[in-house]
Amino acid sequence: MIDIKNLHKSFGENEILKGIDLKVNKGETVVIIGPSGSGKTTLLRCLNLLEVPDSGIIEIGTSRLDFNQSLKPNQNSILSLRKQTGMVFQGFYLFPHKTVIENIMEGQIIVLKRSKADAFKKGLALLDKVGLLEKKDAFPHELSGGQQQRVAIARAMAMDPKVLLFDEPTSALDPELAAEVLKVMQSLAEEGMTMVVVTHKMSFARDVANKVIFIDNGLILQSGTPTEVLKNTDNLRVKQFLNILAD
Amino acid sequence: MVFDDNTMRLIHIFMASFFPLLKAGLTFTVPLTLVSFVLGLVLALFTALARISKVKILSSLASLYVWLIRGTPLLVQLFIIFFGLPKIGIILDPLVAAIIGFTLNVGAYNSEVIRAAILSIPKGQWEAAYSIGMTESQALRRIILPLAARVSIPPLSNSFISLVKDTSLAAAITVTEMFQIAQTITAATYEPLLLYFEVAIIYLMFCTILTILQSRMEKKLEKYVAN
Repeated sequence: MIDIKNLHKSFGENEILKGIDLKVNKGETVVIIGPSGSGKTTLLRCLNLLEVPDSGIIEIGTSRLDFNQSLKPNQNSILSLRKQTGMVFQGFYLFPHKTVIENIMEGQIIVLKRSKADAFKKGLALLDKVGLLEKKDAFPHELSGGQQQRVAIARAMAMDPKVLLFDEPTSALDPELAAEVLKVMQSLAEEGMTMVVVTHKMSFARDVANKVIFIDNGLILQSGTPTEVLKNTDNLRVKQFLNILAD
Repeated sequence: MVFDDNTMRLIHIFMASFFPLLKAGLTFTVPLTLVSFVLGLVLALFTALARISKVKILSSLASLYVWLIRGTPLLVQLFIIFFGLPKIGIILDPLVAAIIGFTLNVGAYNSEVIRAAILSIPKGQWEAAYSIGMTESQALRRIILPLAARVSIPPLSNSFISLVKDTSLAAAITVTEMFQIAQTITAATYEPLLLYFEVAIIYLMFCTILTILQSRMEKKLEKYVAN
């Protein structure tokens, strides 16, 4: 479903990604962990081209983009790659001037050109799924952070993405609110959604991930099953990181 | 109560001039303000977008325009348009000249307001729009501009109220708006204190109504605050 080869990205002099290779199969949940500044968020943002990589190959679903510094990808190929992905942000970023249901309908109507009726129907189904049907006419500021994030998940799902990307989806939330978001993510994973999740929630990585990737300093230091990476690692750097998190 | 002759005369002038002044206000000042402001806002929007644009020539042109208009007095601009342009064969009706002058003015000042409002919308809103597959112009039209509009209402209302009063400058290029009528009546009656007070009161009335409308609109829009 996702195939990334030798991905490089720099901001000015600062090389953030130093050659990342990553494969995600259909239906897999991959959790990316690593210290802050390691490049995990940049990697995720490269997957839907909110950051354009300097070089490397990104293949998602039916889109394949080959990057090099002299040739910027054209707008159409960027859009077609983005249409295969949905993203959930740390800061939610619901559209504050639209109601919950309008947030979920917006992309369907404007981007996918669905009819209002179809978009509405799909919106209701998704709200039901994230347990917020009764909030459909509320404005985002009337919701708790956890509720906002669940709406954001529904908004991303409404576009029928092949892959869902999560950028620290629970970092701005209390443990209790984080739990309700993680529950929704877990049920998506169980339904076979392909997901790439950047998070510090080790319990989620342990219980839900098929694969855990540890990134440090722009490179993948270790990747494997949750047990391999989180329990039985012999990599000192990974051990050190996990120990700090456990404290 | 008995008034002396002079007081009676002043009351009579006041009464006789009030409705002609109000009429000039409603038929010239108000439409002149509305038309100039609406055209000026359109110009301001495009100027703001040009200034933000990555196309160097567009942003330079927009900056040049804003610099020229903000750096010169409105009265001088009106004189150039109405008295100056005929020298190169462009003869304009006074009202048209005034609309052009005010539109250019509103466009320049408010382009800065709109630009600041657009830049004040969190980057995450752009990214959220992109993440559901929107193009830049879809994101701008559907998400960013509606949010920016809410941010810009207080400064835009300010500018609108300013414009109501600035239209009095059109008197200097022979537009028969409210202030011009006041001047004409003053010339006939030689009561400058009375007439200019009177016209000041009418401006105050207009601006008070606008201020009330502004605060109502702000209250209504308060609930959607950008996060």
